[in-house]
Amino acid sequence: MARALVNVPKTAKRGEIVDVKALISHPMETGYRPGPNGRLLARDIIDRFACTYNGTEVFAIDLHPAMSANPYLAFSVVATESGTLTMTWSGDKGFRQSETVAIEVA
Amino acid sequence: MRASLVVAVLALAGLLGPPGRAADGRRSDAEAMSPALRAMQQDDAANPGMLSVLDGEALWSAKAGGAGRSCADCHGDATVSMKGVAARHPAWDAGRGSAVDLAGRIALCRTERQDAAPLPPESPDRLALTTYVAHQSRGMPIAPPDDSGLRETRARGRTLFTTRIGQLNLSCATCHDDLAGRRLGGTPIPQGHPVGYPLYRLEWQATGSLQRRLRNCMTGVRAEPYPFDAPELVALEAYLMERAAGLAMETPAVRP
Ligand code: HEC
Ligand code: HEC
Repeated sequence: MARALVNVPKTAKRGEIVDVKALISHPMETGYRPGPNGRLLARDIIDRFACTYNGTEVFAIDLHPAMSANPYLAFSVVATESGTLTMTWSGDKGFRQSETVAIEVA
Repeated sequence: MRASLVVAVLALAGLLGPPGRAADGRRSDAEAMSPALRAMQQDDAANPGMLSVLDGEALWSAKAGGAGRSCADCHGDATVSMKGVAARHPAWDAGRGSAVDLAGRIALCRTERQDAAPLPPESPDRLALTTYVAHQSRGMPIAPPDDSGLRETRARGRTLFTTRIGQLNLSCATCHDDLAGRRLGGTPIPQGHPVGYPLYRLEWQATGSLQRRLRNCMTGVRAEPYPFDAPELVALEAYLMERAAGLAMETPAVRP
């Protein structure tokens, strides 16, 4: 499993805008680079990231080969209710990983 | 008035922590970076070097090799036992009669104490363990040990640092002592202090060792770089750490 770092405040006030940061280790191999034998290395990228908040998608992004390795994404969501944020990265070679974090909204 | 007095007293007592900048003008190369890059280094949720730290933390307590022991089995809690260790490496290994750097020391524990397959230079596991161990010294001042064997090693490193090499016929000192603060093309020439290694370099898109950096500088002047783990590279590391004595460790740093 890829190493991921997700950062969300543990608590927030209702209606507050909170920052979400998600970093994951991934080579993001573009598919355009030749390997040691001169042949192109197969493309191996994360092509989609999505964040759901208690099951509802609140943020999503399509990624393309120009993204650097170990992509870092930062975005904000409105804290509406206590629950969980689930981050899912998916891509080539069947890559799929999810991380869940809890947030308490008072 | 009162607040500034408190700050002055704290600074005098050294309580504000070791500096990224010394009174004699030596400074961490982080100081010349853009605010965005510095923010990336300082935020553990954004610093990609933290991925290696987390990998290293997992490896620290994983049993390995014929001995079936983990680093933790012998060294306990790394946040206690490994504090300050990176700040005093390379260290003198009396048994071997040579200097060893932190990655070399870890590689030795791996083969000799764990009886496990060697960790090749720049392999992800060796980098992760080294980054994790060095991270325990973050914020601590570089404190090279005083050892007669090391003094010789550092003198050799200093000679290497000041000797012209490569087709461009430049020494490390030409750039990092004489021309630091100037520009090489678009790139600022830093003083070249090894405060943040292993570090995450955006150009590499990966975490890399100080030796990798030194080899880059050698190929940069079209010199044949020494192979990884060569005594010459360890000697350069030892000299660089002495040259940076007192500056704060930053591992894992982020560099452009
Ligand atoms: C069987 C016990 C044992 C295991 C397992 C072991 N070590 Fe060690 N380690 C030692 C001893 C003993 C020393 C003292 C120095 C020496 O080797 O002469 C040492 C020294 C070190 C040092 C230098 C400490 C200092 O204060 O200078 C580091 C760093 C280190 N080990 C890291 C590791 C790491 C990382 C691992 C796991 C990959 C590991 N060790 C596994 C026994 C062990
Ligand atoms: C032609 C000029 C030049 C020469 C000669 C040179 N370097 Fe560098 N060095 C640089 C530049 C430029 C950088 C910064 C690269 C960057 O950040 O993009 C650098 C970076 C470094 C760093 C990294 C500092 C940090 O904060 O990560 C170290 C250490 C270093 N050099 C050591 C050396 C050593 C040792 C030698 C001699 C073997 C050497 N350099 C030769 C230009 C040079």
